[in-house]
Amino acid sequence: MKKKAGSIKKQERFIFVSSHILLMVLTVIWLYPILWIVLNAFRTERTDTGELIGIVVSNYWPRAFGIDNFIRLFTQTQFPVWLGNTIFVATFTFLISTILSLSVAYVMSKIKFKARKLILNVNLIMGLFPGFMSIIAIYYILKAMGLTQNLFALILVYSAGAGLGFYVGKGFFDLIPNALIESARIDGATNFQIFTKIILPISKPIIIYTALMSFMGPWMDFIFARVILGETNTQLHTVAIGLYSMIYGPQSSIDPNRFTVFTAGSVIVAIPIIMLFLSLQKFYVEGATSGAVKG
Amino acid sequence: MNFFKGIIDRFKQGSTATKLSFLVSGYGNFTRGQLIKGLIYLLIQLGFIAFMVLSPRVNDTPFGIQSLLNLQFLGTNPGDIFTNADNSLLMLLFGVVTIGVIGLFIINYLSNTKSSYYLDTVLAKGKKPNSFNQDLKLLLDERFHILLLTPSFIAATVFTILPTLFMILIAFTNFDVNHQPPGQLFTWVGFQNFIDIFDGSSEISVRFIPVLSWTLIWAVIATFSNYFAGILLAMLINQKSVKIKTFWRTVFVLTIATPQFISLLAVRNLLSLDGPINQLFLSLGLISEKMEFLTGATVDANVARTSILFINLWVGIPYTMLMTSGILMNIPKDLYEAATVDGANRSTIFFKITLPYIIFVTTPYLITSFIGNITSFNIIYLLTGGGPAVPGGYIAGQTDLLVTWLYKLTVEQNNYNLGSVIGIITFILTATGTLITYRRSKTYKEEEAFQA
Repeated sequence: MKKKAGSIKKQERFIFVSSHILLMVLTVIWLYPILWIVLNAFRTERTDTGELIGIVVSNYWPRAFGIDNFIRLFTQTQFPVWLGNTIFVATFTFLISTILSLSVAYVMSKIKFKARKLILNVNLIMGLFPGFMSIIAIYYILKAMGLTQNLFALILVYSAGAGLGFYVGKGFFDLIPNALIESARIDGATNFQIFTKIILPISKPIIIYTALMSFMGPWMDFIFARVILGETNTQLHTVAIGLYSMIYGPQSSIDPNRFTVFTAGSVIVAIPIIMLFLSLQKFYVEGATSGAVKG
Repeated sequence: MNFFKGIIDRFKQGSTATKLSFLVSGYGNFTRGQLIKGLIYLLIQLGFIAFMVLSPRVNDTPFGIQSLLNLQFLGTNPGDIFTNADNSLLMLLFGVVTIGVIGLFIINYLSNTKSSYYLDTVLAKGKKPNSFNQDLKLLLDERFHILLLTPSFIAATVFTILPTLFMILIAFTNFDVNHQPPGQLFTWVGFQNFIDIFDGSSEISVRFIPVLSWTLIWAVIATFSNYFAGILLAMLINQKSVKIKTFWRTVFVLTIATPQFISLLAVRNLLSLDGPINQLFLSLGLISEKMEFLTGATVDANVARTSILFINLWVGIPYTMLMTSGILMNIPKDLYEAATVDGANRSTIFFKITLPYIIFVTTPYLITSFIGNITSFNIIYLLTGGGPAVPGGYIAGQTDLLVTWLYKLTVEQNNYNLGSVIGIITFILTATGTLITYRRSKTYKEEEAFQA
């Protein structure tokens, strides 16, 4: 008996140690690429003639650190303009998107009306077409409206899609008990009063989630922005297009020595987004799983 | 059919005023004292008639009735020194927009007759018709949903429904690189593009089968590898004895939180010829000389595909881990206790309890992530750009999926007709998957009801 207990303990100890070693190895694999971006952003290795080495190098750890790449980013590229553009687009997009998306989500969740089923089905079907299939039609519609080559066009396109992405919000509103609404109605409240005085005050989490998600969207999209704003006018780039074109676009052929500058820009863009995401993790999981179960 | 019967009944049973509002929008409202509402209906009808008859032109291309007539040939005038060429693209687009406008008008027109018919019933009951202010107030109560939905409805019509309809129609034209408006005309070709893609001998069909099969192979491997590896990782972290669980979880969530155009471009460079991974593999003796993993002149297709699948694990495992962590914690404890009492060991518990439970609960997630993988654009576009290239037309590389090919065919090559066909085929694939999920989640719900 005693011997058996000992071997079980030994087995558990083995599992304990090997699990932690495995997790540490995985941590290195998962973190290194991200760490590598940060390392490159602060890498200031120079050639014998004193030129910064901006291309990819094979050493795992930089031999010299400094903030030269950030200085180059802000003085030799249009990054400040791109940053301004993105903040402008993101601010308007999140204001409009949040209102549209939550309005639709609430209606779909709590108000019963005739066309409800039809709208849900049409939305489901439309969502299955690849998003950028229709991008060229959108481009010409905007052109007919005289809106291409214009940041407002981008705000319009991002916000217009917001009403279709109501599933997460609907999932949240579904959890609010109907009894709450019914009792308010018995007290004589109108639908508008129910929505603004009762529902919205208890919906802070989903308002914050929707707002931050729609604020983050324009920072990451490089497909729609590139087609609608064009690749040639660098004054109209958002950070995503600007950074992408810095290493794979027309600009990269002019100056291939810019990988470290790209990483410096990436660090500036990624840090706030990562912070926001980590703080929103819980909602993200709830949204994604509720969407998955409902199909 | 009930829909049309309702309209006909409305006409038959309505008062004279209602019958006349089928002719003049707002008539029923005017005669019952609803001046502003009647005026709005009337103006919309007049505006619509003006739009259709006058056929306003933008960029020399008409809307209205003229645009519907143009839909027949999509332009016939190739242009000469005296006249501008017809623009087939704008003709088709404006035709579609006009159809959209007609649709919106019909909704408004029916609402006009309904409103008048409703007034009939109100008067029959001896009540007073609503004033305009009262109607506005209804928007905040009984018709609150209309107020909330209208902006999104219009936005979705203009930026999603009409563009999608337009692109579907493009699949039946010859709008390719050789038929580019302005300057060149394109026209209807029926199912020719579909025939070209499936006939097995044309240039495009030679590339289609490999891309389609790689898309399916990719979607199957990517989905299942991420799914099972993610579950294993979630179980590893959720073991009772593991310390600092939140830390480990955060490590993996970090890759989800990083924008993909940053993390994937970093990985692409990390794996480049001069990057640290090549150096690492060299010093470990895994390779004898530097090799290209993703892009480059000499990269092997199978190496690129394998690399992408591995990098996809890096991208995808954290998602599954996050999703299944919650489920793992919710597995009914008594199941485990019963099994332990019965003397089951770890592996029995895993294969007989944990895994079946997780699979049962997450099947819908499995299918949605399969659909997500079919349309996964970023990972391919940012890692390889679809390469290595294949010589010949319609440049679909060895790692191109249907969606990245669609992007290349349209945005880069201007072969919109073929791109559109590819888009429709992608839609059919994802729609099938969704149908399965939908039925599955329905049975799942019923089963739950059965258990309760």
